[in-house]
Amino acid sequence: MAAIFPKSSDLIMKVAGALIGLGAVAAISAYAYYSYPAQIDVGYQPVQPVAYSHKLHAGDLGLDCYYCHSTVYKAAFAAVPSTNTCMNCHTKVKTDSPRLEVVRESARTGQAIPWVHIHRLPDYVYFNHEAHLNAGVSCVSCHGRIDQMVEVEQAKPLNMAFCLDCHRDPAPNLRPTEQVTKLAWVPDRDPRAIGEEIIAQKHINPPVNCSGCHR
Amino acid sequence: MSLVSIKTAAPTGPKYWRSLDELAKTPQFREFVEQEFPAHADEMLEGNSRRTVLKLMAASFGLAGLAACRRPVEHIYPTAKGWDNYVPGEKLTYATAVSLAGQVTGLLVETHDGRPTKIEGNPDHPFSQGAATALVQASLLNLYDPDRSKSVLEAGKETSWSAFEATVKSLSLGDGSGLRFLSETVASPSLFALRADVLKKFPKAKWVEYEAFQRNAGRAGAMIAFNEAVSPQTDFSKAKVIVALDSDFLGQDWQTPLPTKQFSSRRHMDSEEDFDKINRLYSVESQFSITGANADHRLRLRGSEIKQFAADLAAALGALPGLNVLNNGTDRRSKFLAAIVKDLKAAGKDSLVITSPRQPAIVHALAFLINQSLGSTAMEFAKSGTQERVEAGVDALKALVGEMNAGQVSTLVMLGGNPVYTAPADLAFASALAKVAASLHLGPDEDETAASAKWHVPEAHYLESWGDAVTSTGVATIQQPMIDPIFGGRTAAEILALVSGSPTTKAHDIVKNYWMSTFPGSHPGETKSVASGKDAVKEITANPAEQAWRKSVHDGIVSGTKPQETAKVTADAKRIAAAWATEPKAAEGGIEVAFVPSASVFDGRFANNGWMQEAPDPINKVVWGNAALISPATAKAKNLSDGDVVTLTRGGLKMEVSVLTQPGQADNAITIALGYGRERCGRAGKDVGFNANLLRSSDAFWYAPNVEIATTGKTYTHVTTQERGLADGMNNRPLYREVDIAEYKKNPKAIEEQSEVPPLHSIYTELNYDKGYQWGMAIDLGSCTGCNACVVACVAENNTPVVGKDQVARGREMHWIRMDRYYVGSEDEPRAVEQPLPCMQCENAPCENVCPVAATTHTPEGLNDMVYNRCVGTRYCANNCPFKVRHFNFLNFHKGDSDILSMVHNPDVTVRMRGVMEKCTYCVQRIQETRIAAKADGRREIKDGEIKTACQQTCPADAIVFGNINDPQSKVSKLKKQERNYAMLAELDIRPRTTYLARLRNPNPELEA
Repeated sequence: MAAIFPKSSDLIMKVAGALIGLGAVAAISAYAYYSYPAQIDVGYQPVQPVAYSHKLHAGDLGLDCYYCHSTVYKAAFAAVPSTNTCMNCHTKVKTDSPRLEVVRESARTGQAIPWVHIHRLPDYVYFNHEAHLNAGVSCVSCHGRIDQMVEVEQAKPLNMAFCLDCHRDPAPNLRPTEQVTKLAWVPDRDPRAIGEEIIAQKHINPPVNCSGCHR
Repeated sequence: MSLVSIKTAAPTGPKYWRSLDELAKTPQFREFVEQEFPAHADEMLEGNSRRTVLKLMAASFGLAGLAACRRPVEHIYPTAKGWDNYVPGEKLTYATAVSLAGQVTGLLVETHDGRPTKIEGNPDHPFSQGAATALVQASLLNLYDPDRSKSVLEAGKETSWSAFEATVKSLSLGDGSGLRFLSETVASPSLFALRADVLKKFPKAKWVEYEAFQRNAGRAGAMIAFNEAVSPQTDFSKAKVIVALDSDFLGQDWQTPLPTKQFSSRRHMDSEEDFDKINRLYSVESQFSITGANADHRLRLRGSEIKQFAADLAAALGALPGLNVLNNGTDRRSKFLAAIVKDLKAAGKDSLVITSPRQPAIVHALAFLINQSLGSTAMEFAKSGTQERVEAGVDALKALVGEMNAGQVSTLVMLGGNPVYTAPADLAFASALAKVAASLHLGPDEDETAASAKWHVPEAHYLESWGDAVTSTGVATIQQPMIDPIFGGRTAAEILALVSGSPTTKAHDIVKNYWMSTFPGSHPGETKSVASGKDAVKEITANPAEQAWRKSVHDGIVSGTKPQETAKVTADAKRIAAAWATEPKAAEGGIEVAFVPSASVFDGRFANNGWMQEAPDPINKVVWGNAALISPATAKAKNLSDGDVVTLTRGGLKMEVSVLTQPGQADNAITIALGYGRERCGRAGKDVGFNANLLRSSDAFWYAPNVEIATTGKTYTHVTTQERGLADGMNNRPLYREVDIAEYKKNPKAIEEQSEVPPLHSIYTELNYDKGYQWGMAIDLGSCTGCNACVVACVAENNTPVVGKDQVARGREMHWIRMDRYYVGSEDEPRAVEQPLPCMQCENAPCENVCPVAATTHTPEGLNDMVYNRCVGTRYCANNCPFKVRHFNFLNFHKGDSDILSMVHNPDVTVRMRGVMEKCTYCVQRIQETRIAAKADGRREIKDGEIKTACQQTCPADAIVFGNINDPQSKVSKLKKQERNYAMLAELDIRPRTTYLARLRNPNPELEA
């Protein structure tokens, strides 16, 4: 009986098989790579209702983070300031700026400004600012150089591996409490040595078990 | 190696059983325990076969894939103005008070961002002492009930508050001769004052207080005994011998934790010196109550026979001269009576005879007389205030209905309550209501009464309105709101002010004006609220009354109120003997039906409360319904079996109800819980169970004699949780342990000897737990009463879903702490014991070894963590758990939650999705919260008792103790050192962190034989 397919079709089948296999591997790898928080979440920079510049306020004018995010040392949640906090200055400064109309309207009506949440963790993660800041973890460790951002974007992946890296070895990320909100602070000696001292002094022992963060 | 053939001690002690099926070892029972997840638990809901569900899932995966490309935008809404003391996301606690059927408990309510999320007792309040009952805690869910009354209704049609106000103003009330008020028991001082004003303004108006469970029999008994308006005040902690005549003081007779607090204070055996203070409880009752379960001796008597028992007791003690002890009782009764008499005499001033509000006044009078003759210090009397033209109780309601039917009532103002449902059927309240020209109903739900009244207006929940409440001993609390009325309700005081035309119409002003006038240094007539900021400080310091008001609101006790002084009264034996002579004798023979308030839905006001519907009855373990409880012997005699629907008839009254055999029930006596069979109710409570009010009549309010019983041929399925957690072959092991205190004194090893633990060798690496905090728990079975408060506390704290009757029947209930109830002894005369069972947090946890994805792991502090986001739902862990305390979310039980209902969730605990396993975590969120606070507070050590798990915090018996077992000075370590401490299933080498303290019983040797 004559062959239906020529001998060369064997090769086509082999090549096609190899290509499909490679394609599948590539697709899975691409999916794994691009679905990683470092790819998806880092760089998230939504448009905010008010064109507020952290670079201007926190960087150039030198306002401390704590002036507006006043609950960071005593609460789990770093509160976004109420409109009143903005109006402490803006009743005197730039009182007519059209860019501040949303803020003034909020102050007049009592309606909240709908800020867009950037640094979001899943609902089953219980992050606590109080615990971290009092231990000596700086804002910059998780949020990056906010003082250099005109529009805030997510700088770090904030995934579980990111958290665990520091929980397993906190020393490089610790600094004296008074330097926590100084984003531009540069240690004058080996940061690990400083961290080790703080660990010894404050008995820092970050949890690496599940219920440390998941409840 | 004896790893495999573990021997357990042959059951030499008493045999513990949970159901009659287990006792008889029926095939159904065998089948039940052999299944891990009973009754097709892995099938989806009806109508969705597995195939369809898989198809639907495939389709939704496709859609989800596309939708997930966009990150959903989430907003943060900070306040525009900012408030003092408000930190977003942090909890704030407020003091307030709840009044349930006139019983007051002071509370501390936790709020998150303005929404109340958890109710706890106020430690400073004398009736709470930090604890709260199951019902009070569950009242939180009523606040967020999406089926609550939302609008003003005129003849069933929606209208507005202004239309209602206009109608009320247009009423011509004159001298009030056609004006009647009907309310629940009032416990509010400001409402007392307002009521007095209104009754003065309308000199012919009358006010009736009615409750399905009224507590006025004690006062009526005092009138017989002392001829004075006094009410009894009981202190169970002062009594060493307590005789409860039908009294369910540990259960539903008191709606505050106080009696349990007092009773259990004599059941805590912390050291050998405590052995002498142990009390002894005798219970004489018809239905098996938790008081009966906690009694050292229990006598079954029909409810109507209790009064004869009381009279015999009084006569035998010589308190009631000229009366012979009735000696025609059964042998058991005579022996019981003789033993009680001897014991009471020996105890003298440390004795107490107590009866129930469900018993007639004469029994109360007899109890008072007995206590007086014994010189008991445990019961005292205080003057009770009376108000002209205010009557309470079913007789007052009957008189009111008579007036309504005679056309003498033109305006009926119903302030709270649901009388159309709760009134006894012979009064035909609904048809009498139709004869009233203007009937106004204030109520939280669009219930049966709302449907029958001309006007219905929504009532504000106590967590959203100003008010006040005073205990029966005279300690007052301001009821402070934490949230604006969600559906725009108003309070009884506001409606009353409107009817009376008072210029002060806001609840806050009514309450504040009242109290300000009682404080020294007040400026009368001042109602304006104080400014904030610096002005406020100036004004408060300038005004001592304002200071006192603020302190009262803050503390939860009105400053300056003290318990009222007791009155010296002497019971007159002659008056009581005369009253006894006219008391009708109990009907003999026939079937007697008893009505009791339900432990789950009370009188029906909690019918739409899923937490309570799903909290199993403490004794019969029925969920989502009630039953006609009948003794095994009577069931046999009448040829009835569980689930048979029967018709009960008495006179012209009739009801259908399904039968359930209840071991320990008095023979020829049926007990039916009130509060079920609601016709107009929200989604959860409608048509659940059987309405016992249909058989209730005003002349036989609690015990209806000579009830005809007829079978209908229909059947009904009761769902109970009583056999939950039983694994095959486990039932011979000493899971529950108890010992008589006399034997324990002789042989402290008596508990340990109940099981034989072979030498144990673990095949796993031994972990080291001797550093840092090591959390553990001890549960004292001696003081636990089985009241369910911990079960509801756990549900509220941990966002445990309500699954519904159908799902409970499939074994899918989600409670993280289970209240196991065992019977001991014969089916006719059993004892019952209760055992709360949370996750044991085993050090060698069998669940952890079998998890393929490491979703349950151990922490260095000895907790058995459960990680929902990692769990893939294999359920291997639940299979391997010997205690069966792991629960699987078969469905997304929170899916149907409305936005309003979701507000009840505790934000500190994940709301779990379907497909994950969940279990008790020792309230790890509380541990972490305290740890973080302690670290922020200078890195100090966590103090003993600083962390309280939700179940421990609310336990009215203080039976649950949690703490660091690595600290030898901690309370939990000390308890665990006691000889009676035992680990359940220790022979499996699982090393549970939760251990039990065996119950120490204190039986009377004369009755033990």
